[in-house]
Amino acid sequence: MIDFEPSEEQQLIVETVRQFAANEVRPRARECCEARALPDDVLHHAHELGLVANALPEAWGGGGERSAVTGALVCEELARGDLSIALAILSPALIAFPVAAFGSEDQKRSLLPQFTGDRFVPGSLAIAEPRVRWDPFTPTTRARRDGDAYVLSGEKCFVPWLKGGSPVLVIAATDGEVHGFLVPRDADGLRATPERNMGLDALPTVELALDDVRVPASARLGDAAGADIRSLIHRGRVGLAAAAVGVARAAFEVARDYAKERHAFGAPIATKQAIAFLLADLAIEIDGARLLVWEAAWKLDRGEDATREAALASQQAQRVSLDAADGAVQVLGGHGYIRDYLPEMHLRNARGFSTFEALTLI
Amino acid sequence: MPISFDATENTRLARDYYHRMAVEQMRPIASQYDEREHEAPKEWIDYFWKHGRRGPETHEGPGDGFVQVCIQAEELCWGDAALYLRMPTPALGGSAVAAAGTPEQKQRFLARFRGEGTPVWGAMAITESGAGSDAAAIEMTAELDGDEWVLNGTKIFCTSGEAASQCEGGFVVVWATVDRSAGRAGIKSFVVPALTPGMKLAGLEKKLGIRASDTATLIFEGCRVPKANLLGSAEVKKRGAKPTGDKGFKGAMATFDASRPIVAAMAVGVGRASLDFVLEELARQGVRIRYDASRFELGSVERDVMEMEAELQAARLLTWRAASMMTHGRPNNLEASMAKAKAGLAVTKITQKAVEILGPPGYSRKWLVEKWMRDGKINDIFEGTQQINQLIVARRILDYSSSALR
Repeated sequence: MIDFEPSEEQQLIVETVRQFAANEVRPRARECCEARALPDDVLHHAHELGLVANALPEAWGGGGERSAVTGALVCEELARGDLSIALAILSPALIAFPVAAFGSEDQKRSLLPQFTGDRFVPGSLAIAEPRVRWDPFTPTTRARRDGDAYVLSGEKCFVPWLKGGSPVLVIAATDGEVHGFLVPRDADGLRATPERNMGLDALPTVELALDDVRVPASARLGDAAGADIRSLIHRGRVGLAAAAVGVARAAFEVARDYAKERHAFGAPIATKQAIAFLLADLAIEIDGARLLVWEAAWKLDRGEDATREAALASQQAQRVSLDAADGAVQVLGGHGYIRDYLPEMHLRNARGFSTFEALTLI
Repeated sequence: MPISFDATENTRLARDYYHRMAVEQMRPIASQYDEREHEAPKEWIDYFWKHGRRGPETHEGPGDGFVQVCIQAEELCWGDAALYLRMPTPALGGSAVAAAGTPEQKQRFLARFRGEGTPVWGAMAITESGAGSDAAAIEMTAELDGDEWVLNGTKIFCTSGEAASQCEGGFVVVWATVDRSAGRAGIKSFVVPALTPGMKLAGLEKKLGIRASDTATLIFEGCRVPKANLLGSAEVKKRGAKPTGDKGFKGAMATFDASRPIVAAMAVGVGRASLDFVLEELARQGVRIRYDASRFELGSVERDVMEMEAELQAARLLTWRAASMMTHGRPNNLEASMAKAKAGLAVTKITQKAVEILGPPGYSRKWLVEKWMRDGKINDIFEGTQQINQLIVARRILDYSSSALR
């Protein structure tokens, strides 16, 4: 039956994450952005909620309840709090989910338990590349087979690089195929340079230079069997689309509340149709994008090909997040342009979704 | 129920049933009745009355409630929106009776639609030359004279107004004021049976699209209907009075919460007709849409089509959500207007883009693509224009009354 109600369990999770995001994440968003640092206490508290661990297999200490729909609900709520902090909280998923889905038994054993323990362990994924014509499906980073090893060379960027992290999953091409490689952060030939981007100030990311980095053949994700990287990318798009909806909502809500408070010509500006209609359109577009995300996630949960749905949801959510952030800056006027308010940050963050569209958060 | 986009078996049966009807009965005559405006599509009316209204055989087990009704509207409007509007059904007049009528009224006015005999139509007459979206500005009057209401005034843009007023057994729900000084509170709705003396068909509009659907001007001159034909209570609430549970103006307005998802579904149907056609034609031209191509490879037509697909699906899902809330008995005023606003705009953009993509043949009347563009636009206008629905959404999200946000 066609239905739009999350299950009771999902509603409970959403409510928990919503409160967490409102009470602990959102209040820290600006300070973390300015300090370009993450709030360790928030990350550890989030870890206790088990948002990633719940979705990992029970055999490795997880909750065994991986669902793209649940993941999308969580992503939206966290990103509504703050995108940088949300990505940090969910960073373990960047490596843990691909390993859970495609890893060999050895890879699972060596990697997954750390994400279900008491301590927050961040994860990392290197997929984007610092070039104009970058496309997630055709990396120029190469992995060359050499005996019982692979030798990786190339450049990656926008790689989340939180301290104390696990190995990094590097996406690279081998003989026309795309694969993932589990690379220790201290591997020889791997050089990480902190980078600065337009937004996501609080999230530490690096440019990775891979200069003939040697890893054993068994470090390939899935080992001999390999992994379906395309499906990871599609799934990643859906999770990020959910996060984009969250950013859109955050910006929309700031604009809505401001418009009701701010008086001009003797009345709240929200009573002017120019403002009210802008907000109405955003509300409609945000809900529309969310439903596209849900449908794509639902298809993923059924194990069906969701290439089309993921692309459509991603495209809509990216546009809506940008429109909402831009709309919020506009509604706040000069106040939207200064850093006392959040919309300028929402705008900088929202623009990023076209760049990091393939991080697997769900 | 968890989040699901999987239709029940019964809905799938209904979708197939109405799709076949669209393909076999509607598409072949769509162009003909567009060209021959004001001519009743007799074979379609007869077919629907004799066979179509029975609906598909259903299985034991659940359906999808109002979502299923939306899917039916989508399929039939994929066939032809004008012929859909021309079907012998109670239509909006029926929704008003269903929403605000007593059991006796429902029986009296709606039973005929389930019976044998000749086809019948229902219609709703709200709009006047000086009162469109602002229904409270209605000038048509209703005065109680003994046991009868006496109606005086002129209604325009009444969909199926000709059929509903001229074919025995049908009816028109007419909005009129019983007290102009009371504003909205004075607006009541009355059921005027077909062929009631004093109700006169004054003319039919010539339109941009949906030409097979009659859009009538009705003149009421001393038109008398029984007292019992008033929907809701006769009492005019004074400003600031306590709610009485009367379904008068609010009841009539609530009709729109039920009808807007249907209009949105109509829009989705027309939009899908265009999009399906574009995709088939592109396939003939060797163009396949690549959903995972990089932005450097993607052609502009592919980009356009993906945008059209996303717009259409967002509109469809917003529509289903509003309908699903009705099934669950939850208030859906906000969601119904969201769906209507989105779908009206989506069909407008999608059908216009389809003509553009298909070049000269897309503009030619040899194909239906140009017709869909003309037909689709009505969904952005009737049942509350785009702007009225934006206004409703704005009031809800801002928690403003209609006087705070005008």
